[in-house]
This record gives sequence, structure tokens and C-alpha cells, in this order.
Amino acid sequence: MTTTLANSELDVVALDRRAVNRTLQQAERGDFTVINPCGTHALACGLMNPIGVTIKGHTGYYCAGMNQRATITIEGNAGTGVAENMMSGTVRVTGDASQSAGATGHGGLLVIEGNTSARCGISMKGIDIVVGGNIGHMSAFMAQAGRLVVLGDAGDDLGDSIYEARLYVRGKVASLGADCIEKEMRDEHRAELADLLERARMDASPDQFRRYGSARQLYHFHIDNIGAY
Amino acid sequence: MAGFSDAPRTVPRKSWTFDDSTLSEIRRAAATGIYDIRGGGSKRRLPHFDDLVLLGASMSRYPLEGYREKCGTDIILGDRFASKPLRLKIPITIAGMSFGSLSAQAKEALGRGASAMGTSTTTGDGGMTQEERGHSQTLIYQYLPSRYGMNPDDLRKADAIEIVVGQGAKPGGGGMLLGQKITERVAGMRTLPVGIDQRSACRHPDWTGPDDLEIKIQELREITGWEKPIYVKVGAARPYYDTTLSVKAGADVVVVDGMQGGTAATQDVFIEHVGIPTLAAVREAVRALKDLDMHRKVQLIVSGGIRSGADVAKALAMGADAVAIGTAALVALGDNDPALEAEYQALGTTAGAYDDWHEGRDPAGITTQDPELSKRLDPVKAGHRLANYLAVMTLELQTLARANGKSHVRNLEPEDLAALTVEAAAMAGVPLAGTSWVPGRGGY
Repeated sequence: MTTTLANSELDVVALDRRAVNRTLQQAERGDFTVINPCGTHALACGLMNPIGVTIKGHTGYYCAGMNQRATITIEGNAGTGVAENMMSGTVRVTGDASQSAGATGHGGLLVIEGNTSARCGISMKGIDIVVGGNIGHMSAFMAQAGRLVVLGDAGDDLGDSIYEARLYVRGKVASLGADCIEKEMRDEHRAELADLLERARMDASPDQFRRYGSARQLYHFHIDNIGAY
Repeated sequence: MAGFSDAPRTVPRKSWTFDDSTLSEIRRAAATGIYDIRGGGSKRRLPHFDDLVLLGASMSRYPLEGYREKCGTDIILGDRFASKPLRLKIPITIAGMSFGSLSAQAKEALGRGASAMGTSTTTGDGGMTQEERGHSQTLIYQYLPSRYGMNPDDLRKADAIEIVVGQGAKPGGGGMLLGQKITERVAGMRTLPVGIDQRSACRHPDWTGPDDLEIKIQELREITGWEKPIYVKVGAARPYYDTTLSVKAGADVVVVDGMQGGTAATQDVFIEHVGIPTLAAVREAVRALKDLDMHRKVQLIVSGGIRSGADVAKALAMGADAVAIGTAALVALGDNDPALEAEYQALGTTAGAYDDWHEGRDPAGITTQDPELSKRLDPVKAGHRLANYLAVMTLELQTLARANGKSHVRNLEPEDLAALTVEAAAMAGVPLAGTSWVPGRGGY
């Protein structure tokens, strides 16, 4: 079904979640404003097309989950798992985000202008995440691919059991998790970081960041690594 | 003083506690310093469906004519909330097994065999392959903690979604796929470096507990338009509570996998010492559904050591709606075939005991990613063997149901069962044969 709407306003309270999501999922283009989100879960999830969605207020769990191509802005705070398993597109949270932001995301850009809680970027598989504030503990746990940029501080066990994701942190790192180490910041890293900061509309210099990634010591089971398991 | 050299001697006696298998494991551990990893399910003797019998017809039950009177086998799964529930011709489904642990040929064969018999097959930890989707008339898409290959396009292509909380071989454990099987294609689907020893997460990354699961199920329904049945699969750990919480979280179907259920690879100690037998799990899961007044409204699929139509009949009589098979399906494809004995011997094992599935050297071409070995499995012929096996199981199931006077296999009931051991009577909640005694309920 083809639906072309411009600057349409969708009221979650008046329509209910299913109707709002159905409209957004079926739209092929256009810009939408969602009002009265009231912390509703699973809002604007499963979008497939390059539409624009602005949500005026706070959202519950899994807002923008599995997004494909849409550009979604949450003008407020987001609950657990914002943009989980995102494939492409852009999701921006102007406030703070709860835990598991961008979990398992395969692609696209997630920007959180405020802070985010534990497990940010857990099992990320190619998504780019830029956080303006701090991130909680166990962020980038088992992170497989993609980039996580943190302008503030990172909590304990950053990048535990990380695979090939690249982490950039401007502030303090409370502790690194198993097999995560600080790595040399080379020109190509500064260049990709500058690009990410620009796309996220964050004002910071790449020179202020440190890079972290996998030591690749736990990629194969070995008795000498038993203490790390 | 005369010596005792001519005195009778006792026969050398090996310890029951330290039997040959135990001794060999101690030696292996001492030599390597790392635990044993293998595939399959529990190998030890456990109370099972063999410990139950169906009573058959008598004065109080009229049997149906075996070749004249119809005995239905069709089943509807997932009609609680899904607008497109599954309609299968038989209550025997194929359990989740990943591409990665299995060859593409094996996955295709599973799809072919299941489709020929009008039943479903299931993806695994590693995403959906085109071969699998293309050859599976009804395909269940597993939603696992690792989320390897997880994407909304495949989610929408699936006929149902199975949220995997755990599996019977390792309740509380994540998946494992060693480097030998992480080929370029497998690595690409999982977004991992080629050749690494891959560990899957044991917990979902974005939800914890049943309250969160309820919201996760809502999200999956929103993404797929509330069309697809949502299964929740749990390893048999605390089946009463796990079933209760799955129903409360909004599952359409609950899958309970007992400790005989197989895995592609995990620690032997996990397989043999965590979880409870399938027989014990069925009764508790059914009790949970009845307590919630949701029996038959939320369907129960049971897996873990299902081998024959007799096992299916007994599981259904205990209250399950359907079963899933994994290991048995692989055997039907050709796994552990004695015809390959020389090659199993070369691997240091024997046909019937081969369980080093994680090493990827399966001479049958099933649990491997080696292109030369994989080529050995003809997916058309293997699929035909699986279809034959499913047909036999179904005929056996119908035979037993008719013998108990049932015009549909779903009408089998606990009253059709008796137990041969006190343990089975206690676990299954049916009387010990020849008595009216159910342990824990009194009588005799």
C-alpha cells in the first residue's frame, strides 16, 4: 500500500500504537510528527522506508526498533533498547536513553545527545552510535562491528569480550572488560571519528579521544586464558 | 607354609563409580586442561517415554479400525493472538538447528522433508538461509540472544517466530561454534571474523525477565503486523514457572525442550548435569497451562529425545499439542550411519557414538561446513528419507491413537497411559501399571 503524507500528525493517545505504527510502516515517504507518545513501548518500530518521524516526548522500550532507512528523532528520553537491531537510517534522541541502546544494530546511525545507561551497543553488528554524554557499564559487550563514540565517560567493563567494533571515548573509562585494550589512534581513525562527529552534529575534536578495541586474545579457546572466562 | 598361588582369585572388577568412560574423561582432562565439548543431548539412562505404556482399548474403550476409520493428525499452532496461525498436517515438527552447525545441504534437506509431510522446520543461531526458506513450506524463525543474522526482512518472511530463552541440552548456556565451522559464509552471516571460536550470548541483550519479554513480544508483533505466531522456547529447568511466565508474557506457543534435546556443541558437563528429563517437563508444563486455564489455548510443543510415533503418542497423551525432533531428524538424514563406520573409526569413534559435531568433520556431510564433506549429502534424497521417517512416525501415532479409540491424535489423554516404573509414574503423574497409585497422590 502506498501512502504519501506530508507533515502528518499522529496522536498516539487518539489512534493507539497499532494505528500509528501501521501508518508509519506503510508510508513510502513524507514527514510525520507523533504526539502524546506517553512512554509507549515499541513505537515507530519496523519502519522500512526513508520517511522522517519526529516524536514529541518520551518513549518506552524499543522505540525505532529494527529501523530501515527512516530518520527518527525522539524529542525526549528513550526507554530500553532504542533502535535495537537497527539496519539503516538515523535515530536521534535529544534526551537520555535507557539501557541496551542500539543493541545488536547492524547499520545506520544512532545519536544520543544525553547520557545512556548500561549495555549501550551490546552485540552491535555494524551500527554507529554517538553518545553526547556518558555511557553505563558493560557497554559494547560482545560488540562485533561498527563504531561507538562517547563524548563523556564510560562505565565499568567497556568492550568486554569485544570482537571487531571500534570504540572512541573522550572522557574517563572506569575499566575495560575482558580482551578490550586501548589502541593506537592513527590518522584513519581520526578521519572516521571526525566524520561520525560531523554526522552526529557533535562539536568535539577527534584529538581529544582515545581508541579501544579487541586484543583478539580470546578468539580461540586456550587453557592459558582460563582466567579470562 | 603352603602359598596361595593356587587359590581361587576374584575376577578383576571395575568400579561402577569409576567406569571406563569416567576414567577416560579424567585422563583426557588431565592431558588437555580443558573441558570436553561435544554435540547431541544427554546420553545417560533417564526416565523417558519408554517407561510409559498406552493402555489400548478394552471394555471401556472402543478401538477404531486401523485401515478404515479416520484418525486425524492436523494441528493449529498459534491462534491465541496471531492472525495467521500455522496449520500443520502432522503434530511432529523439526526443531531449530542452525546453518553453521549444519551444512546448507542438511538445512535444505530438513526443509524438503518437513514440507513433504506438511509440517514446519526451524532456523537456528545464525540466521535464515535462502536455501532453507526456499525449501521450507512453513519456516519458524528463531530469535536468539546472539541475534546473528537477525533482520526485519527475514522476520517478515517467516511463518512464525520462536524466541529462544533456552534449550534442553544447556538451560542457561549460550551457543558455541568452534572455528573449524566458521567459514566465510557462516562468518558473514554472523558478522564475525572467519575461523574464530564463537560463543553466543546466553542472555538476550535487550530484555531481562518476563515483564520485559512481554514488551519484546509486543515489538515483534508490531513489526510483523500481529500476523505471526510467537513461540517461546525454554530449556526444561523449571517448566511450571517458565511455562506460566511465557504465557503471561503473551506467547502463542510454548516450546519445552528436555535434557535429552541435542545441541550443536557445548560442554559435556552441561549436557549431562543441567536440566530435567523431557518426561518430567511435559507434566509440569501441562499443569501450568491447566492452572492458567490456557491448556489447548496456548499450544505446547515438547522436544528432547522424541524418536518414534510411540513417543509422540505418549507426549500428546500427557497433554502436549505437538513435538519437535532434532537428533532423530539428523539420523534420518544419515547421521551416524554404520555404512560410514570406517570413517568414524578414523575419527576415533564409532557409528552411533559420533558426537564431535563441533569439529566439522562429519563424514555424513551434515554437521560440517567442509565443502567436500557437505557435498556428500544429497538434499533431495536426504529430504526424502526424512519425509519417510516422518510418515512412519505419523502412522505409528495413528495406530496407537486408534487402538485407544481416538478419531484424532489430539484426543489422546492421560487416562490412556500407565507407567512401568515408580519414577516414571511420579514424573508423568500417571498410575504405576496394574495399580491406581500415582506417587504423591496416594491410592493403590
